[in-house]
Amino acid sequence: MTEDDVGTSDTVDAVFREEWGRLLATLVGWLRDLDLAEEVAADAIAAAVRHWPTDGVPDHPTAWLLTTARRRAVDLLRRRKTYAAKLAILRVEADRVETERLVTTAAGTEQAARDTIGDDRLRLFFTCCHPALAPEARVALTLRYLAGLSTVEVARAFLVPETTMAQRLTRAKRKIREANIPYRVPGPSEIPDRLPAVLSVIYVVFTEAYAASQGPDLTRPDLADEAIRLARILHRLMPHDREVLGLLALLLLTHARHPARTDSDGNPVLLADQDRSRWDRHTVDEGVALLEQALPDRDPGPYLIQAAIAALHDQADSMETTDWPQIVALYNLLQRVAPSPVVSLNRAVAVGMADGPQAGLALLDDLADSPALERYHLFHSARAGLLKQLGRESEAAQAYRQALDLVGNEPERAFLRRQLADIEHHGHR
Amino acid sequence: MRYMLLLNGEEPTTTPSEAEMNAEMAEWGAYDTAVHEAGIFVSSEALQPSQTATTVRLKDQERIVTDGPFVETREVLGGFYVIDVPDLDTALDWAAKCPAAKNGSVEIRPVLVFDEPEQ
Repeated sequence: MTEDDVGTSDTVDAVFREEWGRLLATLVGWLRDLDLAEEVAADAIAAAVRHWPTDGVPDHPTAWLLTTARRRAVDLLRRRKTYAAKLAILRVEADRVETERLVTTAAGTEQAARDTIGDDRLRLFFTCCHPALAPEARVALTLRYLAGLSTVEVARAFLVPETTMAQRLTRAKRKIREANIPYRVPGPSEIPDRLPAVLSVIYVVFTEAYAASQGPDLTRPDLADEAIRLARILHRLMPHDREVLGLLALLLLTHARHPARTDSDGNPVLLADQDRSRWDRHTVDEGVALLEQALPDRDPGPYLIQAAIAALHDQADSMETTDWPQIVALYNLLQRVAPSPVVSLNRAVAVGMADGPQAGLALLDDLADSPALERYHLFHSARAGLLKQLGRESEAAQAYRQALDLVGNEPERAFLRRQLADIEHHGHR
Repeated sequence: MRYMLLLNGEEPTTTPSEAEMNAEMAEWGAYDTAVHEAGIFVSSEALQPSQTATTVRLKDQERIVTDGPFVETREVLGGFYVIDVPDLDTALDWAAKCPAAKNGSVEIRPVLVFDEPEQ
């Protein structure tokens, strides 16, 4: 039975969502085999769904699931002769680890048990995001094994057919197994090299949620929630890492504006036109509080800087009262720490707000040769906006047309069409 | 677990000076010593330049022999190490230390181990 088969009732879903990532991480730690871990974790969940409604939920659900999964693994390994060596390891390791775990859990030190599980989860994070895996495989593995999405859900998240996603996951698992990518948390000296891959996976999931690259909807709130959940887990596991904190703060501070980003018909609403009373103040406060913890940091990384920018937007009552000079200063810093064409674009837009449209446009025109920006619809629509402010309407219309050629999702396309129609209408008057 | 480090690089078009040659040899010597001292050495060979290579294929039972390797990039295989280390991360560390990683690239391939026949 796979988790997709069991995922029929709400109870199962609830158990599955809550326990899957934890259970799987521990099993992978023991078995060092994603496929096998997945299989026995699904079996254990299925058994829970059968027994718990009649027998009652055990005192230590996680320990119950682990024991059930382990018994199942031993059964399977006995039948598969090629796994004899693994079975021996499993017996020794699992007995030791599980005994410790059950003893500590029984003794009431749930915290100790959780810490061991935390280590397993962190190991799985670094394995799924190993740089030896293709970036799209890292995202897929993380959503599947840490967020606990089914293969169908991961496929839907990236708008690829289920078979394609299943193949991608199978290939990635084969590489982990056959190239022997270790299940381990990198040492402190390796963290600066390895952590960015983990952070970027979560960020990629979030940006896809923030503005879908294709498809009928502008935003994908389900996916945003998933990214925030992953960032929270990672922050819990690495509470002292500033960039992990920065990423979580950035996601919260950005997501807080979500309720006002579209109108009742799902059309995008520009920052300038958003009803700021609809921003989620609770989430803003949480993001700002996180950021304040990190403020004494002398060398902020890219996520922390972006979070600070998002906080300035969130705390302003209007576009006019936004601290644009401070935002420009933060973009200057970001450009030094993590230069990219998109950072340059955002900086130019902020300069346009701080110093007027002429200054912003001059910066954008300097960037026009960048091949990455030439193909990016937001570059052309930003240019169009500034040209419009300067009364250069035919040039603005031309820029909107360029943006329309490149845009991917329907609500944004419709928005750009309206902007263009608006200008053309004025132009003909 | 065994990994083969495939050492790829551009072949020099001019003869290096004696000083350059000596510096390079010293670097390779140090790496080779380190691999041996770590107790992970399995085997290693350096290859003659790619223009000495010959490629053979069979097409419909017919032997087709061509001059040189099939190269799409300027980097060619110049030699290899087979090392025995616990996992990919350790293999990556050794590959990164290899002088070939600096001027070219090192491809890491796990060595396929066939299952032993069941008894």
